[in-house]
Amino acid sequence: MSTAEYRAQEGTIDPGRIAERARPQIVERGLRARPGGWLGWITSTDHKKIGVMYLIATFMFFVVGGVEALMMRLQLGAAQNTIMDGQTYNALVSLHGTTMVFLFVVPVLAGFGNYLVPLMIGARDMAFPRLNALSLWLFVFGGIVFYTSLFFTPPEAGWTSYAPLSDDAFLPTGGIDAWIFLVHLTGLSSLIGAINFVATIHNMRPKGMGFGRMPLFVWTILIYAYLLILALPAIAAAVTMLLTDRHFGTGFFDPTAGGDPLLWQHLFWFFGHPEVYILILPAMGIVSEVLPVFSRKPIFGYSFIAYSGVAIGFLSFTVWAHHMFATGLGDFANGAFATGSFLIGVPTGVKIFNWIGTMWGGSLRFKTAMLFAVGFIAMFIIGGISGVSLASPPVDFQQTDTYYVVAHIHYVLFGGAIMGMFAGMYYWWPKMFGRFLDEGLGKVHFWLTMVGFNLAFFPMHWLGTEGMPRRIYTYFPDMGWNFWNMMSSVGAYILGISVMVLVGNMIYAYRRPREEMPDNPWDAATLEWATTSPPPAHNFDAVPVVYSRYPLWEDRHPVEGGQPAVIAAAAPHTSIDERSHPADTQVAVGEGESNAHLATVEADHGEHEAGHAFHLPAPTIFPMILAFGLLLIAFALLFSPPILKVTFLITGVIYFVVAIYGWVKQISE
Amino acid sequence: MAVVTQSADALTDRAPTGLESLDVRKLGMWAFLGSECVFFGSLISMYFVNRPLMFSPALEAAHLTPKTILNIPFTGVLAFILLCSSLTMVLALNAMQQSRRRAGSFWLLATAFLGMLFLGGQAIEFIEIAHEGITLQNSVFGQSFLLLTGFHGTHVFVGIIWLLSCIPRALRGGFHAGNYIGPEICGLYWHFVDVVWVVIFTIIYLI
Repeated sequence: MSTAEYRAQEGTIDPGRIAERARPQIVERGLRARPGGWLGWITSTDHKKIGVMYLIATFMFFVVGGVEALMMRLQLGAAQNTIMDGQTYNALVSLHGTTMVFLFVVPVLAGFGNYLVPLMIGARDMAFPRLNALSLWLFVFGGIVFYTSLFFTPPEAGWTSYAPLSDDAFLPTGGIDAWIFLVHLTGLSSLIGAINFVATIHNMRPKGMGFGRMPLFVWTILIYAYLLILALPAIAAAVTMLLTDRHFGTGFFDPTAGGDPLLWQHLFWFFGHPEVYILILPAMGIVSEVLPVFSRKPIFGYSFIAYSGVAIGFLSFTVWAHHMFATGLGDFANGAFATGSFLIGVPTGVKIFNWIGTMWGGSLRFKTAMLFAVGFIAMFIIGGISGVSLASPPVDFQQTDTYYVVAHIHYVLFGGAIMGMFAGMYYWWPKMFGRFLDEGLGKVHFWLTMVGFNLAFFPMHWLGTEGMPRRIYTYFPDMGWNFWNMMSSVGAYILGISVMVLVGNMIYAYRRPREEMPDNPWDAATLEWATTSPPPAHNFDAVPVVYSRYPLWEDRHPVEGGQPAVIAAAAPHTSIDERSHPADTQVAVGEGESNAHLATVEADHGEHEAGHAFHLPAPTIFPMILAFGLLLIAFALLFSPPILKVTFLITGVIYFVVAIYGWVKQISE
Repeated sequence: MAVVTQSADALTDRAPTGLESLDVRKLGMWAFLGSECVFFGSLISMYFVNRPLMFSPALEAAHLTPKTILNIPFTGVLAFILLCSSLTMVLALNAMQQSRRRAGSFWLLATAFLGMLFLGGQAIEFIEIAHEGITLQNSVFGQSFLLLTGFHGTHVFVGIIWLLSCIPRALRGGFHAGNYIGPEICGLYWHFVDVVWVVIFTIIYLI
């Protein structure tokens, strides 16, 4: 008897019909009228709306950051170019790096996580829906306070803002202050979001979904959240010291006052190196979701991928000083941090082999999402290899602060994180918006991205090896760097065109007449595809009970991820021991044990829930007002005229206090 | 047929899988305290980086090292007061778990009061060292000491506001054997702030 037959007989669940069962049949009663239109969006506590707002806002920052990169490449395309002066170039470097890291990649992954994590684990919303809204608005206002600096002086110290260059002695203008407030506000946003993810993922999974059955994207978001919680406070402390150095006369990073510039680098990279794994891990999770679906085959080595992610997260806290080899830490420290950095290549390599193993022998469908996922693997391997070479101190002495490092970071963050993000975009777009992105345009987008990306960034390896330093705004024509710089700029503009194709694709998808979107257009396996596209406000009518890693593929891979249908003695069913083990099912060797703790899960939860009332969080404006108050307080410290300072400070504090009061009052009603 | 209602309450109908006994708000608080550990850890490493400079021969000769500037017995009393406030916090929670409304409110108030005593003492200490000429601007010790203890004081201040804001509801009987999660997570925060002070006190005053 197959598992499916067994369950059909038991009457617990019919795997083939999960999608149908979970289709919403709702009677809405006792609902306060939800505000419509834009007010409905900004007061929303629905994780899907918040996720979409995250995605929209981050995409806008992505375009802005991209335009800044194109302006830099315009300047660097030819030797001794005079399109801009050094100061403008420095501002562009700082704006581009900061925007892409703090305002694009981190929050775009939070956006995907927000939208998908509750759906993937069969929850109705995040654990703290109002804090979720607060995260969104803190991020948006952090971006606004940063870009306000365009109206006076943008920051000019790069995305790392190394002290004492960023101290008031060298950069007395407000740009660095704007950068500090950006780090504070987006950091707070990410911290609150991370706490939310941790609480949601630990506590709100459905019956049967142990850690061994959690989708890999949820795994990586969990690691992402833990890394944010443990890494962000270090930079929060560092920028606070920088702020007091600049405004209150301390000298933490000022050597003339007994301060220590290396302290900044240690604190910054204690945050900064886990940060790059924060950026890449959820992209790995996206790829781990996309590959099995388009290979029509379960992921190869699920546990290895999941625990490699944990290993990467752990090791990421032991490698920060490899950014500081050239600062003279001494041989012992260099050796120790080099060891950690080499070690991190092992779990990363494990993941790459597992992805290849997933595709191996699969029946591959090269949809755009799949193309980007495969592109991710290829590009990330190149970035990983240049990373391993940089982990060696002698090599790093040669390459540090050259274009080789620029090539490396773009291969792992563009070729890695952003390619993965594009894969997720094409994959989940029909779920989010009920429309497909066009496959033809998608393929044009993919190939333009591949060609443009490699043309733009591969030559940087050679430029760096030939000694071209990073963060310079021009160079002499007899250095031998002219041709590849030109090619790199051409590649950058091809990338720019590819993003325009993507925007065209989005507009085309938006204007196309709405089609009947099936629940599960890609024939995927995870729970988000068991509800309608787009999902209703409460996600699932009845939350499905989970019996395996691939709830929607149970007819095909009945025991992938452990024992089938573990049913408790408490439920009126036979226990697992009384059942013969289905002979026709494949047991994944070595992967069953991790689910042993699920043996006490009760069955039938889904059925009993029907007819039972459940709560959705009410819309609220207070998270936005609170974040707005903090924005005004940041403005108060940013603007120098006393009248502006006082006005901003008073109104900011009023907004802040009113929002907290209203928030508390609302939840205690 | 499912019925959708809407409330400001948490999503109470979900049956959690793993940590069934742990309330989601408590889990969130623990995660937050984890990040606080790294925040104070960063400030404490800053203090350690700067510490050798505070004991330079010139400063030793001028009797301007932390050992001579700080009034250690006075702050020892403050540390004792703050530790006592952890006891009263436990008593407050215990009373509310037994639905003893008045006792619970009293111990909450006592905790907040001890916190205020601590903050007052810290203010006196800051004024005293300012009279000895130690400020945020003029010395490595001044900036490191004031930033670290100042951030701890800010945490105590936030804790006091939080405790006081629990009292009206406690007096109305809003916390009882069936629901004491509010004071419980407030207590987690308060104990954390106390424990951090034990570490800071050891590092700045004792070693």
